[in-house]
Amino acid sequence: MGMTVGSGGSTSGAIRTHASRTRLIRGLLIALALSYVSILLLAPLAGIVWAAIKGGMDVVSETFARADVRHAFWLTGIITLVTVVTVTVLGMLTAWVLVRDDFPGKRFLNALVELPLAVSPVTVGLMAVLLFGTGGWFSDFFAARGIQIIFALPSMILVTIFISIPFVIREVGPVLEELGTNEEEAALTLGASPIQTFFRVTLPNVKWGLLYGMALSTARALGEIGAVLIVSGSIQGQTETATLYVFRALEERQEASGYVVALTLAAISILLLAAIETFKHRQSKEARS
Amino acid sequence: MSSQVIEGGAALPPWTARLRGLHLGRWGLRGVAILYLGIAILLPIVAVLLKGYADGFDKLRLALATPGAIEAIRLTLVTSAICTVINAFFGTLLAYVMVRYRFPGRNLLSAIVDLPFAIPTLVTGVMLVALYGPASPVGGWLKEHGIDVVFAPLGILISLLFVTLPFVIRTVQPVLSELDIAEEEAAFSLGAGGWTAFRKVVLPALRPSIAAGALLVFARAIGEFGAVVIVAGNLTGKTLTAPVFIFQLANQFRPEEAAAVAAILFVISFSLVLLTDRLLRRKPRKI
Repeated sequence: MGMTVGSGGSTSGAIRTHASRTRLIRGLLIALALSYVSILLLAPLAGIVWAAIKGGMDVVSETFARADVRHAFWLTGIITLVTVVTVTVLGMLTAWVLVRDDFPGKRFLNALVELPLAVSPVTVGLMAVLLFGTGGWFSDFFAARGIQIIFALPSMILVTIFISIPFVIREVGPVLEELGTNEEEAALTLGASPIQTFFRVTLPNVKWGLLYGMALSTARALGEIGAVLIVSGSIQGQTETATLYVFRALEERQEASGYVVALTLAAISILLLAAIETFKHRQSKEARS
Repeated sequence: MSSQVIEGGAALPPWTARLRGLHLGRWGLRGVAILYLGIAILLPIVAVLLKGYADGFDKLRLALATPGAIEAIRLTLVTSAICTVINAFFGTLLAYVMVRYRFPGRNLLSAIVDLPFAIPTLVTGVMLVALYGPASPVGGWLKEHGIDVVFAPLGILISLLFVTLPFVIRTVQPVLSELDIAEEEAAFSLGAGGWTAFRKVVLPALRPSIAAGALLVFARAIGEFGAVVIVAGNLTGKTLTAPVFIFQLANQFRPEEAAAVAAILFVISFSLVLLTDRLLRRKPRKI
């Protein structure tokens, strides 16, 4: 910012018009960027707030009094919790192996991590049907044991895990790499057990990256629709998540309660976004120091 | 226990034992990681590819013979391509503005552009219907002026733009903030206009990251379901996209044909994601 103008005495008109033109371009670019974000992202957000509260507070309280709405949120909560715990524990472990370990096929494994980002959620649901549905590879195995996978909670959790796998690994991996092995080796030579080393040295160092990945996974798990729509069967009050409820409400022309649930999900995501941004800043601050 | 081990010269046996333990532990961890990614990711993918193409291309031919199939794939590719061009431009612009300029609200802006990562895609669709649907003042006004958004291709494009906004910003931002501002200022003070300075100095350095972000946008856009299914109206041959088409096939108990179409989308987007990785990785090696 503090450009030293006027070191030579050439404060001519040319430079002044140059500077004012720069300022004009700067203003135009900022205005263009802000307009795009406002029209594309903020206007729809305003739209849903308006649509949800248009019906009055009665619609809001009626919506939350409904048994199917409560059940839908409860189910979303369970699926999100199981998913985030799984992808956090296994993701942390996998990130460690991919960064610290070396073995043939590691690059292939690395590419696999990116894969869920390239698959349409609909395809993910379809994969679960092909594996566990009637005539699927594992359908006989589970049917013989009386375990229902498709149109039930297990398949809903499995597809959500698939979709949320990359985030923790992708956020923790680079942090581990930056960190290097010095501290871990020091702890080990000083006699700490591998487990102590992990909890006292490794984990505190990757904390913000891990939390960032967890928040991203939570957002993804909470909002999943395409895959669960295919595997769940959307049985009201049983396998219907919050997003599936919104989907059905719109199909059945019960827009008012659909909008209320959608706005609630949006509000939760905005809280998550605040967490995401905090963790991201903490992590990049730590990386710099 | 171990402080003594280090002092004593007879420390070898316990050390080797511990190393062996570490070795076993390492194999255990490696095994868990391989099983995790193998079972959770590789297995389902193999299932789709095998189910769709076990008997050659018959299933694909069958699926493509379904009315509206080809149109659905074309619609998805065209809207995704337009979305990619627009967000490559605005993503670069937003990254540039946020890295190079200081202005009130800059931090808020940088948080808001991540909004699409946090908001469920279905909710995105609902938001767009709430804003542009016939029941809203905005939608009503646009309708009067002959612009259809909801249940029209324009609505599909807007959904895709919303959902994919962060990708180019995310790939361009880190490269731009590492870039030496002095070069740009030098070109600028040597009399190059702002645009020339940008085109000759900044743009070449950003090109790989813009390309990488654009590929991610395209890969994400061709698979988008949650937002599109709400906004598009899904009229066969008009506003039915490929992912919604796959969904319909799966719902009609035609999983093998669905798998055949899904495999095409998957191969396109996975190659793009791998290519992106290449582009992003090439960068640091140069520096």
